[in-house]
Amino acid sequence: MSATALAEAPHETRYETIRIADPSPRETKISAQDVHVYYGAKEALHHVSIDIPAKSVTAFIGPSGCGKSTFLRCFNRMNDTIDGCRVVGRLDMDGEDLNDHRQDVVLLRARVGMVFQKPNPFPKSIYDNIAYGPRIHGVARSKSDLDAIVEHSLTRAGLWQEVKDRLQEPGTGLSGGQQQRLCIARAIAVSPEVILMDEPCSALDPIATARVEELIRELRENYTIIIVTHSMSQAQRVSDRTAYFHLGYLVEEGPTESIFNDPQEKRTKDYITGVFG
Amino acid sequence: MAITSPDSAISGGFGTSNRDLIARRLAARHRSERMFRAVGLGAILLGISLVGILFGSILSKGIPAFTQATFHLDVAFDPEVLRIPERPQKAADQSVAEFNQELLSWQRRLRTANWNRLIQEAIAAKIPAAADNARDAIGLVASNERVKLWEMVEDNPAIMGTTQPVSLIASANVDVWLKGNIDRTLEQRYQQLSALQQQWSDALYEEGVISMDFSTVLFTNVDSRSSPATAGLLGAIVGSVMMMAIVMVVAVPIGVMAAIYLEEFAPKNRLTDFIEVNINNLAAVPSIVFGLLGAAVFINFLGLPLSAPLVGGLVLSLMTLPTVIIASRASLRAVPPSIRQAALGVGASPTQAMFHHTLPLAVPGMLTGAIIGVAQALGETAPLLLIGMNAFVASVPSTPLDQSSALPVQIYLWQGNELRNFFEARTSAAIIVLLAVMISLNALAIVLRHRFERRW
Amino acid sequence: MNTFIVVAIILIALGFAYNWGARASRSVANRTGAKMHSRPIYYGVYVMLWCAVPAALVLVLYLVFQPMIVDAVIGGYLPADVAADPGATRTAMRNIEAIASGYGIIGDVEPYQQDAADALSAFTLTARLALIALAAAAAIGGLVFAQRQIHPSFRARNRVELAIKVLLLTCSAIAILTTVGIVLSVLSEAIRFFTFVHPFDFFFGTTWNPRFSSTGTGGQGEYGLLPLLWGTMMITIIAMVVAVPIGLMAAIYLSEYAGPKFRFVAKPLLEVLAGIPTIVYGFFALVTVGPFLSRLGDVVGLDINATSALTAGIVMGIMIIPFVSSLSDDIISQVPQAMRNGSFGLGATQSETIRKVILPAALPGIVGAFLLAVSRAVGETMIVVLAAGNSPVLTANPFEAVSTVTVTIVNQLTGDTDFASPQSLVAFALGLTLFVITLCLNVVAIYIVKKYREQYE
Repeated sequence: MSATALAEAPHETRYETIRIADPSPRETKISAQDVHVYYGAKEALHHVSIDIPAKSVTAFIGPSGCGKSTFLRCFNRMNDTIDGCRVVGRLDMDGEDLNDHRQDVVLLRARVGMVFQKPNPFPKSIYDNIAYGPRIHGVARSKSDLDAIVEHSLTRAGLWQEVKDRLQEPGTGLSGGQQQRLCIARAIAVSPEVILMDEPCSALDPIATARVEELIRELRENYTIIIVTHSMSQAQRVSDRTAYFHLGYLVEEGPTESIFNDPQEKRTKDYITGVFG
Repeated sequence: MAITSPDSAISGGFGTSNRDLIARRLAARHRSERMFRAVGLGAILLGISLVGILFGSILSKGIPAFTQATFHLDVAFDPEVLRIPERPQKAADQSVAEFNQELLSWQRRLRTANWNRLIQEAIAAKIPAAADNARDAIGLVASNERVKLWEMVEDNPAIMGTTQPVSLIASANVDVWLKGNIDRTLEQRYQQLSALQQQWSDALYEEGVISMDFSTVLFTNVDSRSSPATAGLLGAIVGSVMMMAIVMVVAVPIGVMAAIYLEEFAPKNRLTDFIEVNINNLAAVPSIVFGLLGAAVFINFLGLPLSAPLVGGLVLSLMTLPTVIIASRASLRAVPPSIRQAALGVGASPTQAMFHHTLPLAVPGMLTGAIIGVAQALGETAPLLLIGMNAFVASVPSTPLDQSSALPVQIYLWQGNELRNFFEARTSAAIIVLLAVMISLNALAIVLRHRFERRW
Repeated sequence: MNTFIVVAIILIALGFAYNWGARASRSVANRTGAKMHSRPIYYGVYVMLWCAVPAALVLVLYLVFQPMIVDAVIGGYLPADVAADPGATRTAMRNIEAIASGYGIIGDVEPYQQDAADALSAFTLTARLALIALAAAAAIGGLVFAQRQIHPSFRARNRVELAIKVLLLTCSAIAILTTVGIVLSVLSEAIRFFTFVHPFDFFFGTTWNPRFSSTGTGGQGEYGLLPLLWGTMMITIIAMVVAVPIGLMAAIYLSEYAGPKFRFVAKPLLEVLAGIPTIVYGFFALVTVGPFLSRLGDVVGLDINATSALTAGIVMGIMIIPFVSSLSDDIISQVPQAMRNGSFGLGATQSETIRKVILPAALPGIVGAFLLAVSRAVGETMIVVLAAGNSPVLTANPFEAVSTVTVTIVNQLTGDTDFASPQSLVAFALGLTLFVITLCLNVVAIYIVKKYREQYE
């Protein structure tokens, strides 16, 4: 079956997502229920439901334009910043609906951090980049508090040894991989519960990518991580569970090994085996 | 709710979780967000209301000046008063020169006749007391309006002995009095009109002999010192039009060609970098410096005449040039390189690609830039003052080398006129004319831009 | 009318030349059967250029040398005593030219003047005829020369394109020539001024009192720049205090908060302020803002002059608002969206993002815009001419009348003084000061903004 034939599949048909349970079930951190996303009149994401387990890495994969990044941005309401974008459905985190309009996005985004596709350090010093979040949220009581947060965050991100002597230098002067780890440290500094990563390695070279992947695996111990990636090998390397998106539908989700080794859906299989993508 | 993150111990520090710390400050942060947003909106509304105040102030002052107190009198062309001989007819045995001589002396005779008496009598027909107070009566009518009477006779000598309806513009002081632009309770010694004149003006206005008519003289007359009520903008408008024409003929082609060269042919080197910086800088040089250039080079060095639209136009052209170049380059750059490459690909020379393909697509943008530049030049005053255009000129320039005024300069001269009560309104009216022209030009530019705007 | 005839003749001649060239190329092509290198139009234009340029050169040369030749012709007729006195020579020359042109002069014509005038008119007639003949000869010569070159392998298009390029280059050189002209004219007149007044007294003098009576021998007056510079600075500071916060906040709101519809309406409305001529602002300051401030002063017990640094500064600030706001708007829009996302993603509110990320990131560009606005304010003329009160004294009180560099330039050059007097020439020294100040501001600002743009490209 070719990609064009797939593209012609009628959108009205309600696909049922194929779900494969974890052999050792974990506590659910976020539960998305029947989420739809619209750009203006166009529906970009159709009735997606998925449970994200706590303290694990969930990878969203799929061909470009499949809606995986759009879905990721629902978790910290970043879609709010896009004109004409509308999200319908429930996203429960610890029993609260993230998508409720009464939800304070400021607080939400402190709880759900995000790392972007391209490293985007602020044009400030390394120190100020990390201290930015704690400062705006007022979580540091003193200068020494803040110093501790900065050191801790950089350590967690595995950057402390590399930058501890040049904390006052601009963050934009670091290498691409270092910048991305700086952005991860920046997200950690406000001690979020969930970290969203939108193709965090797509702008990095292989060595920097390996370094970031290693970091993701370490962070899994303490954070719930959702990562969007177009690299299947990366998903295999870092994630516990994988969800495959296709043309705005969540096709299949389950433990990473089972998705890659024994895909149930033909489309998933075609994608994974490289028929298209 | 328990926070699962282990970092809260470090960042929170004192047992409270991060979440509570953040939540506590949320209200204050949202309040400051609303404040900031309100301040931003306030800044825009303030800016827009300043536009409103400026226009409101000028319109409220200027619009009344488009109507002007005008007498509608029945003037009896009394031969007894005027004592003008018959208009000479060319006799058969007369040479042309002799006849012209005779006609000229007749015309001279016409000009010196006692026209004031006719006006006085016409007013006296309405207000009998005017018959005994010549000065007061004649002072009601703008002094230049006598011209209208003798021109009537000159055009048609047959009206001698008849009574004709004539509209005559009232003097500036009457206009000011009737429009309430002067404090009527002011002591008499500070008033410009005598007590009698005040009384008569009011009475005549009541009767409808004086009415507020559209002030055509504002557009058909030139500036006047002796008769401010009939001072008009014609000379200034013509001067400004001439200068605009010169700017269009000089600055626009040169600017466009310079832009083509810099954008398309110039090698990228130090020299072109220098030209680039130079043009950007030139666009930001104060306009008065261009006036100094004009005074030193055009007037003093080349010996061109003072107050001439030619010199003004050249100075404004130099001033507008950078604007035109920058706008033209921007619109050339907006044409996608693929079009040029396509032309080159089928064997066109770079010059042909430029003139046959890129340039036509960039023309609307260039035109917009040119119009905006011309509009800018139209409103410029300072450089014109330095090349002598602040001189009082009571004639319409017939060539760009004649003495002339210009619209903004006329505004400058009028605002300084000592007859403040009258000229404040007159100046505002002149400003309205200037703004109307500028806004039309800018609107034209906007229409052009929308009409031809192309998204690649 | 005469001009029209001349223009018509020239156009017809050029059309003829073009036609000649185009046809010649066709006939060459037919005769030889070879393919011409360029299309006929290029041969036509090539011939036309060869026809027009030499003739134009002749005309330009004549115009350049005519005054010298005229002087030489008349010079011989002048009596020794007249020739010795430059003033009398000038008068005599004017008279002679007036007589020769047929206007005549008032008063008696001296015999030598009549003779000279006769000679001049005879010479002018001959010169005109010679000129026409010469120009025609040059045109025909060019025509023949160009037409002879027409040959299948002759690259007419390349020649024509070269001519076009030279023309384009000349046009862009005019921009440079303007700057050179400004520098040379202002500098040379300023140097002339400094022969009257020592530069030190000018740049560091604290009194401005250029006595207009240039007849008196008791000194030339005092030309201290500092009071004017101070007035300029004070007004500029007030203008910036008004324009920068309003302009910057407006730009922030427009680029960060406003929806497309609001932006579509508000932005042009605000930009209307930028299109209003400065004379209109001056008038507004004089009749509306000044009296308002003065009355306001009465209410709060301050003595505010209707024409003062404050009036001029506030109105100038209003004028600069759209300038600041549209420049800042551009600059803020250049900050990449990634910066905003990064900040929002951390939970910052929009205002926190703007204040702590976007503005710091845009700071260099905004500083550049600020400097450009300062340069604008320093060079602004009509508002201060009308509303600053023209009182060149050193005062720290913004409620009092002051004077500025630009006002003084206007005052000194629009008086009735001789152009060569220090009273007039000082305008050029002031202009030089103004030019140098604004040049520095502009170059620094343009450099900063350019670097800023490159950073985000």
